[in-house]
Amino acid sequence: MEQTDKISEIAKKILEEKTVDLVIGFKKGTLPTMREPVLIKDAERTDQLYWDSFCFINLASYLPKRQEKIGIIAKGCDSRNIAVHIVENQIKREQLYIIGVPCKGMVDRRKIIPLLDGKKVREVTEPDEDITVRGDGFEHTLKKGDYLQDNCIRCMHRNPVIYDALAGDLVEERKDPDPYDDVKAVEAMGSEERWEFFSNLIKGCTRCYACRNACPLCYCPACFVDESDPQWVGKSIDPTDTMTFHILRAYHCAGRCTDCGACEQACPVDIKVRFFTRKLNKDVLDLYDCEAGLSTEERPPLDTYRPDDYDEFIR
Amino acid sequence: MGDKIIKKGQLPNVLKALKKTYEVFVPVREDGFYSFKPLKDEEKVDLSFTNTRLSPKSLVLPQSERMFEFTLDEKSKDAHIVKEAPKGYPPKVVVGIRPCDAKALRLVHVNFDNPEFRDPWWIKRLESVTLLGLGCNEPCSTCFCTSVNCGPFNKEGLDVLLFDLGECLLARTPTEKGEKLLQLGRVDKDADSGLKKKADELKTRAEKKIGSHVPTDKLGKKNVNDLFDAPFWDDVAFACINCGACTFLCPTCWCFDIQDEVTKRQGDRIRNWDSCMFPLFTVHASGHNPRAKKVQRVRQRFMHKLKYYVDKYKNGVACVGCGRCVNHCPVNIDIREVFRLMND
Repeated sequence: MEQTDKISEIAKKILEEKTVDLVIGFKKGTLPTMREPVLIKDAERTDQLYWDSFCFINLASYLPKRQEKIGIIAKGCDSRNIAVHIVENQIKREQLYIIGVPCKGMVDRRKIIPLLDGKKVREVTEPDEDITVRGDGFEHTLKKGDYLQDNCIRCMHRNPVIYDALAGDLVEERKDPDPYDDVKAVEAMGSEERWEFFSNLIKGCTRCYACRNACPLCYCPACFVDESDPQWVGKSIDPTDTMTFHILRAYHCAGRCTDCGACEQACPVDIKVRFFTRKLNKDVLDLYDCEAGLSTEERPPLDTYRPDDYDEFIR
Repeated sequence: MGDKIIKKGQLPNVLKALKKTYEVFVPVREDGFYSFKPLKDEEKVDLSFTNTRLSPKSLVLPQSERMFEFTLDEKSKDAHIVKEAPKGYPPKVVVGIRPCDAKALRLVHVNFDNPEFRDPWWIKRLESVTLLGLGCNEPCSTCFCTSVNCGPFNKEGLDVLLFDLGECLLARTPTEKGEKLLQLGRVDKDADSGLKKKADELKTRAEKKIGSHVPTDKLGKKNVNDLFDAPFWDDVAFACINCGACTFLCPTCWCFDIQDEVTKRQGDRIRNWDSCMFPLFTVHASGHNPRAKKVQRVRQRFMHKLKYYVDKYKNGVACVGCGRCVNHCPVNIDIREVFRLMND
């Protein structure tokens, strides 16, 4: 609640003082576990803004190519994607007023729903570190930490990396020894087993592209799967085409992905698409000692060229 | 045919008998949600689901369907001749389909079978499917079927409607296809008046449990251009990320794209589900896109369902209130709100 009030207060101020033309944030959704991204131009409407652990969509997605001066709410991962946008010339730093929100993780709504056994939820609130789910004749209090999104469990950058104001105190960063334990398990598989793992992973894919569209990195005017002249990939649900889409999508994100998890949360059939991108994140970290979006100066490693590169083949 | 009774313990035998004539599809829970899959073990049929994540429309309108085949091999006498790809229409029964999804097939039917066009594959497939529906004792909080000419025990589109009365299922049979199915399943015990009354009460109770309502009364009378130019579309569309989740989950979205796929010299002409949310949906050969902007595409989806369909077919809205798009839109665009805006 405190964060919500603080966000509204800052948003109101920057709109009134004309620091920005508009603010992009979240409002309360029509479902107890959903929040809707909203664009606000009128300072009087900033009381609509809302913040809690169900703001899983990455708001950086709404920035590319906008011309206005924009106030934007950003948790750790959103702020890193904003940094990626700045480096990739999708938006200018001077256009932005970033309201940073230190984050203790987003709750995965789909981890809560099975517990409710079909009961209708009327309201979800968050006292401190808990979530209280209320409905007709029942009330459950859940420990928030047990229901976090998979990416949030392993998140190492919970505080915004760039911001102009903060809507709460900075939180302690985790010092987990191994954020890539799950990827290592896949790496340990033999190649056939691994192929089967990934084939199984995407077998339910409907090619709705929610994973791609929820991703702030996917701002190309025409995605390769939407090109028709030439057409790079088939449009049916043939497993070869579906796999082509997933592998190419992931490779386009290599060195740029912040593991915000919006792709997985958006998937209507619960596919763990982060298994593709996270392997590449790990490789980029191992090979280049680089994590995406920690700086607005450094270009992503895979579009960088240095005359003094230590690899001969590229010199 | 009067109402029949199936004791729950007899259900496996009924399904076993049906298997001799039909491919039997049942709701199966896999990876955390339900979908209709071929029946494997009749002892383990799970009818405790609320609804399947994806609508069962793919049983009649497959996501990808090979329509034709052809060869580009000049040496063949059939070179460049497009021939219908072999297809089968084995009789199928969908056990447990919800009334909303059955009604949706009727709404889509007017697009594929009308005085102007008759889609042979849709028609044959729909004819080959028998729908053994299950009414909803406990509708979801996002269901609004009763507002859109449907309901938790709506019969329209179903061949048999089952009422779950606890120890037994009461089978009401609106069609001859349904009667044939019950005969093949050897369901012949008549329901007594007490059970019939119980079923009717169950229906009334379930309808009252629907807590979500949308207005539709003014949609038909509205001027189409006024709605098209309405001031609310920018607000409705802002959050949209233009994925196709809503259209692919929706039981009444029927749009498709036809593609030729050629491997070496053998080609297939394939019909795939398409989505009005995708920019490619409307790109012209010239490169011009009449719906280049997100807001235009979002407007199209809602205008089609709640206005164009209403005006064209005089058949109500193209929505059955199943709530799938409401539950699974990643940015919480809620069609119930759009009903209110458009009907206001």
